[in-house]
Amino acid sequence: MSRAVADLPAASSGSQVNYLNARYGIKSWLLTTDHKRIAVLYLGSITFMFLVGGIAATLMRIHLIDPEGALFQPETYNKMFSIHGIVMVFFFLVPSIPATLGNFLVPMMIGARDLAFPRINLLSWYLYITGALFMLYAIMAGGVDTGWTFYPPYSSIYAHTHVIAAVLAVFIAGFSSILTGLNFIVTIHKMRAPGMTWFRLPLFLWSIYATSVIFILGTPVVAITLLLMGLERLFRVGIFDPALGGDPILFQHLFWFYSHPAVYIMILPGMGVISELVPCFSRKRIFGYGFVAFSSMAIAVISFLVWGHHMFVTGQSIYAGLIFSVLSFLVAIPSAIKVFNWTATLYKGSISYDAPMLYALGFIGLFTMGGLTGLFLASLATDVHLNGTYFIVAHFHYIMVGGAVMAYLGGIHFWWPKITGRLYPDAWARFAALVVFVGFNLTFFPQFMLGYLGMPRRYAVYPSEFQVLNVMSSAGASILGIGYLIPLIYLIWSMRYGPAAGPNPWGATGLEWQTPSPPPTENFEEIPVVTEEAYNYPGTEVAVRG
Amino acid sequence: MSEHFVPAKTYILVFVSLLFLTGLTTGVAYIDLGVFNTVVALVIAVAKMMLVVLFFMHMKYSSGMTRVVVIAGLFWLAIMISLTLADELTRWWTPTAGAWGTSMLLPFLVLLS
Amino acid sequence: MAETAVPSPLHETHPEHAHQFEDKEQQREAGTLGMWTFLITEIMFFGGMFCAYVIYRSLHPHAFELGSHLLEVKFGATNTAVLICSSLTMAMAIHSAQVGKSKGTIIAFLVITMLLGLTFIGVKLYFEWYHDYLEHIVPGFGFMNRGEWGADAPQVQMFMVFYFFMTGLHALHMVIGIGILTVLTIMAARDRFSSRYFAPLDISGLYWHFVDIIWIYLFPLLYLIGGRYTTGGH
Repeated sequence: MSRAVADLPAASSGSQVNYLNARYGIKSWLLTTDHKRIAVLYLGSITFMFLVGGIAATLMRIHLIDPEGALFQPETYNKMFSIHGIVMVFFFLVPSIPATLGNFLVPMMIGARDLAFPRINLLSWYLYITGALFMLYAIMAGGVDTGWTFYPPYSSIYAHTHVIAAVLAVFIAGFSSILTGLNFIVTIHKMRAPGMTWFRLPLFLWSIYATSVIFILGTPVVAITLLLMGLERLFRVGIFDPALGGDPILFQHLFWFYSHPAVYIMILPGMGVISELVPCFSRKRIFGYGFVAFSSMAIAVISFLVWGHHMFVTGQSIYAGLIFSVLSFLVAIPSAIKVFNWTATLYKGSISYDAPMLYALGFIGLFTMGGLTGLFLASLATDVHLNGTYFIVAHFHYIMVGGAVMAYLGGIHFWWPKITGRLYPDAWARFAALVVFVGFNLTFFPQFMLGYLGMPRRYAVYPSEFQVLNVMSSAGASILGIGYLIPLIYLIWSMRYGPAAGPNPWGATGLEWQTPSPPPTENFEEIPVVTEEAYNYPGTEVAVRG
Repeated sequence: MSEHFVPAKTYILVFVSLLFLTGLTTGVAYIDLGVFNTVVALVIAVAKMMLVVLFFMHMKYSSGMTRVVVIAGLFWLAIMISLTLADELTRWWTPTAGAWGTSMLLPFLVLLS
Repeated sequence: MAETAVPSPLHETHPEHAHQFEDKEQQREAGTLGMWTFLITEIMFFGGMFCAYVIYRSLHPHAFELGSHLLEVKFGATNTAVLICSSLTMAMAIHSAQVGKSKGTIIAFLVITMLLGLTFIGVKLYFEWYHDYLEHIVPGFGFMNRGEWGADAPQVQMFMVFYFFMTGLHALHMVIGIGILTVLTIMAARDRFSSRYFAPLDISGLYWHFVDIIWIYLFPLLYLIGGRYTTGGH
C-alpha cells in the first residue's frame, strides 16, 4: 500500500486497503483490537448517549417555558435533570474526546502502531457499553432523581428511584475511563517514535496525558464512594447517615475529590484540540509551546486541590473554605495562560475560517466567559448568593457546552477526513457552527441573569417574573438542538457520498497527516523518525531544542 | 524495572524482618503508650511497606519513572486525607450555632497531637 | 486487491512480543509501567475508604476502640504472617524463573503462594466472619447492639461496617490474585517461562505484593486500635 504524500484524492477510499475495509463482518468490529476501530465504536456509542442526554435537556427546556411547569410533575422533573446530568457527564463528556479522538490519534501522533494494551482498550469499550446499558435500564425502569451528585442521605435512604442501577452504571463506566487513561499514559511514555521527544509532541498529547493522570488518580475515589453509598442503601447500614453518626459532608468530600478534577477531564482534551486547530488555521506555530504544555500539567495537579469550592454553603469549616477558595483562584491561571497563548498564535496569523476554526474561535470566547464566571464562584462571599442558582448552571454550561462540546465538534470535523477518508460539505459545516454558536448563547446567557436575579436551579417551578428569560433560554435551546442535528446528518451523509479525502486536506503538521486517509491498520509501514519540532508551519521560525 | 538479580538470601532476610516487625507491632499494642500506640503502629506499618516495595517489588532497583509513579500515588492519597481532615477537624473552631458535630470533636486532639 | 492486509515481516507473530511493540524490552517496560499505574489506581480506590476510616476514627475514637476489641488479634496476626510468607514464595517463584530453575520449582512456589492465599481467606471466612455473624456483629445481617457500648453503639456499628467492607474488598482482591496465580501456574506448566521471559510473573508479583501491603495497613488500623493493654485502657 502506498504512502501517498501528494494531496491528490484517492480514487475512492475503498480501493486502498485501510483499517475500515481490511476486514469485514460484525465480529471483526466487535472483537477488534485496532485502536482506530475502537475509536469509531466509541464515536457511535457516545453519539447515542449524547442524544439520550439531549432529549432529557429538550424536555426540561420545554417544561420550563411555563412558570408552573409545562410538562411534568416536580418528581418527574427531578428525574429529568438527574438523567441529563448523569448521562452527559459520565457517558458523554468524560469519554468524548479521549475515547474517540484520543484513541484514534494517540498512537498515530507518536508514530506507533497501536496503544500499549490493545485488548485492554477493547475491554474499556465493553465496560463503557455495560455501564451505558445499566444507565439505560435505570432510565427506562423509572429513572433516578438524586441529581448527578447522588448526595446522601437522600440517595442512600429516602429516594425511591433506581439509584443502585444508576450508581452501578457510573461505577462500571468509571473503570472504562481508568483503563483508557492507563493505556494512554503507558503508550505516551514508552512507545514514542525515535526522535519524538516530549517537547516535540503535539500539544493534544500533552492534554491527553494530563487528562489521563486525572483519570488514574481521581476516578477510583468516586468509584469507592459510590460503592459505599450503594452499600449503605442496599444493606441499610450507616456510613453517611447522621442518625448513625455518619457525615453526609464526608460523602461530598470524597465525591468532589473526583468530580472537580472530572470537569478538567472534560475540558483539557478540548483545550488540546484547540491547540491543534489554532496553529493549523492560522498557518503559524503555536505561541509558547512550553507554557501550553506545562499549563496542562499544572491544571491536572491543581485541579485536585480545589474541590471544596463545591461545598462552601454545606456547613464545611470556614477555614477549609478559605484554603479551597485561594486554591480555586490559582487554578484559573494555567487556563488563562492557554487563552493568552492561543490568542497570541492568532495574532498576525493567516487565518482561514473553516468549520473547525469556527468551533475553535467559539471555544476561545465562550470558554473564557465560562472560566471568568468561575471566579465569582471561587470567591466565598459571592458564592453564598450564587450557589444553587442558574448562575452555576450557566457557568458550567459555558465551559462544558460552549467549551468542551464545541472543541469536540471542531476536532471531529478536523480529523473527519482522516478517520473516514471523506470530506464533509463545507458550507453546511460552517453554517451549523454559526447556528450552534447563536443557539448556545441564546440558551445560556439568560441563565447568568436568572441566577444573578436569584432563580434556583433544579426547581420544577419558578416565580413568573423569570418567565421571559426562561422562554429565551428555551428558544435558544431549540436553535442549539438544530445546530447539533445538522452535523449529525451531513457527517453521516458524507461517509457514503462525500468526496474522497487526501492524506492532508488541511495542510496540517503532525504524523497522522503523513498517512493515507483512512490509514492502514498498522498506521505506518515503517516507524517514522522525527527530526522536526511540532507545528513547523512554513514561514515560522523553528527553534531547535536540544 | 531492571533485570537486576536479587539473591534469595535478600528475600529471606526481608521476610524475617517482616515477621519480626509484625510480632513487634502486635506486642507493642499490649503496652500502654497512650497516643503513641497509633504512632508506633503506623511507623512499623510504613517500615513493612518500604521493605515490601523496595525489595519484593524491586523498587530499589527500578527506574526513576517507577518511583515517580509510586510517590505520586501516595502523595495524592495524602492530599485527599489532609484536605478532608482540614474541614472535618476545624468545623468546631467557628462557634456557629448548629455547626455539625460541635459537641463531638474534643477527643480528636488527643488522638492527633 | 486482497481484502486482508498484506502480510509483511512486521506481522509475523513473535511469541515473545506483541505486534504493537518494537521489541521485547519495550513490551516488558510497558507492562511494568502499566501494572504500577494500575496499582496507584488501587491506592486511590482503597484510599477513599482509608480516608473515610481516618475521619470517623478521629471523630469517634472510643467507639472505634470498642469495635476493635470485637476482633481477635490472634487471627489478624496469623493472617498477617500468612500473607508475608506468601509474598516470600511469590518472590521466590519469580526468582526461580530468573535463574532458570525448572518449571517444577516455579510451579511449586506458585502453588504454595496460592495455598497460603486460600489459608488467609479460609481463616477470614470461617474463624472471623462466620463467628462474627453468629455473635450478631455483622451490620445489615442481624446486628445487635450491646449494652456496654452505651451511646457509642451507632459508631461501633460504623466501625464494623468499615471492618467488613475494607477486609471484604481486600479479600476480593486476594481472590482475584489467586485467579491470576492459577493462570500463571498453567502457563508455567506449559513451559512459557524461562530466564529470558518471565514478565507475567514479575508483573503479577507486583499485584500480589500490593495486596499484601494493603493488609499490612489494615491489620494495625483495625485490630490494634487503642491498645490491647489490660490495665483498664479505653
